[in-house]
Amino acid sequence: MATRARSLLDPEILWPAVRESFVKLDPRVQMRNPVMFIVEVGALVSIFFAFRDARNGQAAFDLAISAWLWFTVLFANFAEAMAEGRGKAQAEFLRRTKTETTARRLVSPGAGQPEREEQISAAQLRRGDRVVAEVNDLIATDGEIVAGAATIDESAITGESAPVIREAGGDRSSVTGGTRVLSDRIVYVVSANPGETFLDRMIALVEGAQRQKTPNEIALSILLSGLTIIFVIAVATLAPFSIYAGATPSVVVLIALLVCLIPTTIGGLLSAIGIAGMDRVLQRNVLAMSGRAVEAAGDVDTLLLDKTGTITLGNRQATEIIPAPGVGMAAAYRAAYLASLADETPEGRSIVLLASTRGDGGQANTEGAEPVPPAGSTFVPFSAYTRMSGVDYADGSQIRKGAPDAVRAWVAQSATAGGGVAVVTDVLVAEVEKIARAGGTPLLLAERGRILGCIGLRDILKPNMRVRFDRLRAMGIRTVMITGDNPLTAAAIARDAGVDDFLAEATPETKMSLIKREQSEGRLVAMTGDGTNDAPALAQADVGVAMNSGTQAAKEAANMVDLDSDPTKLIEVVEIGKQLLMTRGSLTTFSIANDVAKYFAILPAMFAAAYPAMAALNVMRLATPQSAILSAIIFNALIIVALIPLALRGVAYRPRGANAVLRENVLIYGLGGIIVPFIGIKAIDLILVGLHLTGAN
Amino acid sequence: MTIVGWLQAALVFALVCLLVKPVGTYMARVFEGERVFLTPLLGPVERVIYRFARVDASREMSWKGYAFAVIAFSLVSFAYLYALLRLQAFLPLNPQGFGNLAPDLAWNTAISFMTNTNWQFYSGESTMSYLSQMAGLGWHMFVSASIAIAICIALIRALARRQMNTIGNFWVDLTRSCLYVLLPIAFVGALLLIWQGVPQNFDAYTTATTIEGAKQSIPQGPMASMEIIKELGTNGGGFVNANAASPWENPTGLSNLIELVCIFLLGGALTYTFGRYVKNQRQGWALFAAMTTLFLGGFIVAYWAEAAGNPAIHALGVLGGNMEGKETRFGIAASTLFATMTTDTSCGAVNAMHDSFTALGGLVPLFNMQMGEVVFGGVGSGFYGIIYYAILTVFIAGLMVGRTPEYLGKKIERKEVQLAILAALVVPVFALIPAGIASVLPAALATLNNGGPHGFSEILYAYTSTVNNNGSAFAGLGSNTWWNISTGVVMLFGRIAIMVPVLALAGALVRKQAVATTAGTFQTTSSIFVVLLIGVILIVGALTFFPADALGPIVEHLLNLQGKVY
Repeated sequence: MATRARSLLDPEILWPAVRESFVKLDPRVQMRNPVMFIVEVGALVSIFFAFRDARNGQAAFDLAISAWLWFTVLFANFAEAMAEGRGKAQAEFLRRTKTETTARRLVSPGAGQPEREEQISAAQLRRGDRVVAEVNDLIATDGEIVAGAATIDESAITGESAPVIREAGGDRSSVTGGTRVLSDRIVYVVSANPGETFLDRMIALVEGAQRQKTPNEIALSILLSGLTIIFVIAVATLAPFSIYAGATPSVVVLIALLVCLIPTTIGGLLSAIGIAGMDRVLQRNVLAMSGRAVEAAGDVDTLLLDKTGTITLGNRQATEIIPAPGVGMAAAYRAAYLASLADETPEGRSIVLLASTRGDGGQANTEGAEPVPPAGSTFVPFSAYTRMSGVDYADGSQIRKGAPDAVRAWVAQSATAGGGVAVVTDVLVAEVEKIARAGGTPLLLAERGRILGCIGLRDILKPNMRVRFDRLRAMGIRTVMITGDNPLTAAAIARDAGVDDFLAEATPETKMSLIKREQSEGRLVAMTGDGTNDAPALAQADVGVAMNSGTQAAKEAANMVDLDSDPTKLIEVVEIGKQLLMTRGSLTTFSIANDVAKYFAILPAMFAAAYPAMAALNVMRLATPQSAILSAIIFNALIIVALIPLALRGVAYRPRGANAVLRENVLIYGLGGIIVPFIGIKAIDLILVGLHLTGAN
Repeated sequence: MTIVGWLQAALVFALVCLLVKPVGTYMARVFEGERVFLTPLLGPVERVIYRFARVDASREMSWKGYAFAVIAFSLVSFAYLYALLRLQAFLPLNPQGFGNLAPDLAWNTAISFMTNTNWQFYSGESTMSYLSQMAGLGWHMFVSASIAIAICIALIRALARRQMNTIGNFWVDLTRSCLYVLLPIAFVGALLLIWQGVPQNFDAYTTATTIEGAKQSIPQGPMASMEIIKELGTNGGGFVNANAASPWENPTGLSNLIELVCIFLLGGALTYTFGRYVKNQRQGWALFAAMTTLFLGGFIVAYWAEAAGNPAIHALGVLGGNMEGKETRFGIAASTLFATMTTDTSCGAVNAMHDSFTALGGLVPLFNMQMGEVVFGGVGSGFYGIIYYAILTVFIAGLMVGRTPEYLGKKIERKEVQLAILAALVVPVFALIPAGIASVLPAALATLNNGGPHGFSEILYAYTSTVNNNGSAFAGLGSNTWWNISTGVVMLFGRIAIMVPVLALAGALVRKQAVATTAGTFQTTSSIFVVLLIGVILIVGALTFFPADALGPIVEHLLNLQGKVY
């Protein structure tokens, strides 16, 4: 995915956009935007009047007005074409990855016989087909791994060059068309028919082919259309009013006034703002299924974040090993090492790492060799049922590590089995509790009949999370941490991380009921998830972001997919959503505020002949009636061009409370919107005077 | 401008402020059917009315049911008044023996009173029988105000309720509004006016011989009862042609004070009622603050313009303020205060000739109406008018804070914007388009008394006043078929085309869940909301009407400066 941010003046986008601006003059295209359609009609009518006025010397003025009206439409088209062009450039980049590939489909000739492979074109694959992929094969289409595990290069989709592991079962089982297998062999079931794959949807989305107006955009369009109708009435009735006043109304001047008053600035930039907002989301490698989802992100009140992987680093890590009274440090380390050697979970590996590097001079470390279990011993892997892992020596002695209550039970039971030795199981009670209270996970280490020590696993908070939560709080968003931990542990981590609330011992059901409760209290909820059991909650949440590494079910339930699988990305999406709405609101305010100056430019010019006293309203002291009207219409056209960068980038956004944001935007775009055109129109008038284009006669 | 002048305005407004809380609280209790001090007296009456009209007071209506009831009731009331005016010659209580009204005048008058406009193309004292005044016009003065209050309460309920379908029972709201709110206050107010010298009788007109020996006919009639509801219900229709400038309707400074307070009373108090309903008084005060600012701004400009006088007349060596068309017992301050307040609201009663104000002094009443009469406004209608503006404000400002806009927790979406825009279109469509036609139509210009920009102002004022159901006039227009029919149509649309969208808006809002308030929420109790609301009201009004106003009062003022008068 094209992660590089494009310069605004990238010639690859600029020139096609210029061409596209003319193509979009087609009235059928303009019809969709009533504001700009009126400008185009006005431009056409002005040409007609230019020909009619050819005799009385007004033709040059009429043509000049008409020309600038055409420019106004072209500039608006250009803004939209620029925004679309950025998406198209990215779609082109994606298409290149969508090269024609072949797939090795598995077919079973009949019951009991071995499956055989056949080579077919990727385009022939249908949902439910089973496909094999080995080293260097391109994944032909989207699917779900049913057998095997492989490292996969997803850089074509995510732009991330580090390979990722995908394996059957669990939450990392989906593969995406266009990615490449780097090692091992997998079998996957096709989950999308041609044309419906992730890549296809992505191309369609970035191209804007499926762009639908978002709810807020529709409401704003209605407001703009309503304002336009009001101005059409205000200007059209000026014709009989000026006849009453004894003036002859010029249709071209009335058109000029109308175009100046209707909200062309926001009307011309509205669709560009929406497309650019989607584009900004994409640049952060988030695929929003609709503009509506991005808009909803701006409204989010409550953010549900999974603890693991979002707030804390993926897994807990062992940070301390405490020997039991009477047990040597070295013995405890050695036991921890051996007990975890068979534990392939990340937690287990972190114990191995800690035990092998941080001994207190035990034999293993001083000799530079790792303790090796005697030959003939067997490993006991961790199981959810026993909640322990360990090793059984050939001599019958055993070492176990695991959850404290499980280990205590095992010690008591193994001691009895071993001949009724008096055992003490209540050692290290204070230590275990202390680790738990601090948000860590205590494990106990034991051999038959004796507790050897205690291992502390801790969550490692991701850096800078507290700062992020503070930003969210400033925006008015509450963060809730979701965790399977017990309330005690959860509270400690929540406190450390700085989240507002937590849901401990979470199950899919409690998660769902939390979302529903928040929603019933009128809050919009956003959440991230990757597992199949997250799917219902992702669908229930107002904004659901699935990790690209997650299961197909999660991706389908969500309304956004994060290609980088970074759960904290949601925060950025929320900011983009807010920025999108702010840009629309600010430019609407600016557009309407501009009208004040335009009235003062055009009205005195219109009635200069009938009521010379009206010259008092010419506060800008514009040179002639013609130059006044031309200056206003030129300003009106140029301001669209001047604001294209703002429309594409969005207004500056800093996370703050609503009132502070509002005050600033009202000052810049409201007050600024009143003042800027006074200066701009005057400046253009001075230039026209300098060029002797004032039409003075 | 004088200290006494400012003190008069301050006294009126201070009294309004003092009454807002008790009256607002009282109304909230009345409309929720809670017990108030008048319940022992009026409760039985209320129950008899329901039994008689077969109204089940506990059954609420959807917005459509409510709107249907409003329209049906208005139509029947209209037909009743039309018939009464066309038949008054055959009916009792007509000591002067006035004839029946012509069809176009009866249509204009019946619509005018049905719509709470009280635009009068007739002279009360030489046209209307006492029966027509009391049972015809007076009936409408009570019920047209009650209808607007009922709709206002329905909208307030919709804003306060969550995820419901009904907005109240129109018949109950109408009855309570009349019985508990308007009648008791009007009763006390009428007694005060009678004490100040306003007539209340059924006598034939008195014929008097003046000191010069001329014969003069002095009108009589049940004036005090009509005068008080005229202000309280922001109706504005005078018993006599001179309206509240006449010493019969408004004899003293004290009667003037009572009438002024009544004009603002219910419009102001409804903001408090609103605060009580939504359980946040600050929401109500925010609207009150915006209204107050707009009222003061208008009054200051008008008072300054009238006290400064006409520059063209100063040029002739006659200095001082503009007293043309004003009563000496009121003076400039009380006259401009009345003119400002009567056009801030949809009252339209006058105690001075607006047509004789200076160009800028006359622009203030005109612009007050062009803003949609939302400064305290007509009883009920002013409140729902400002809610439209609040929705537009919240929509634009809400986008600027980066959230889907919401008002009182209700998301403002496509439908709400649609309805607010629909309502915002009513005033320009039905004021500017007819004014455009009239300004080139020979039949309309035939009865226009003044020429130049002043004549244009008269046309513009007529339609602005009728579309907003104000009823005050610059005058200068002679009644004829064109004016009777066109202003009638404009009054009708000005009322119905705003009311129906209000109820639709209530229907849309009442269904909504209220979203939670967070630090990211745009607070509609903040001072910045008040400032923005004022800005939106001014800008929407100004952008729509600036070209027209420029050709009327504004250019007239500029010409006055050059010594030209019209």
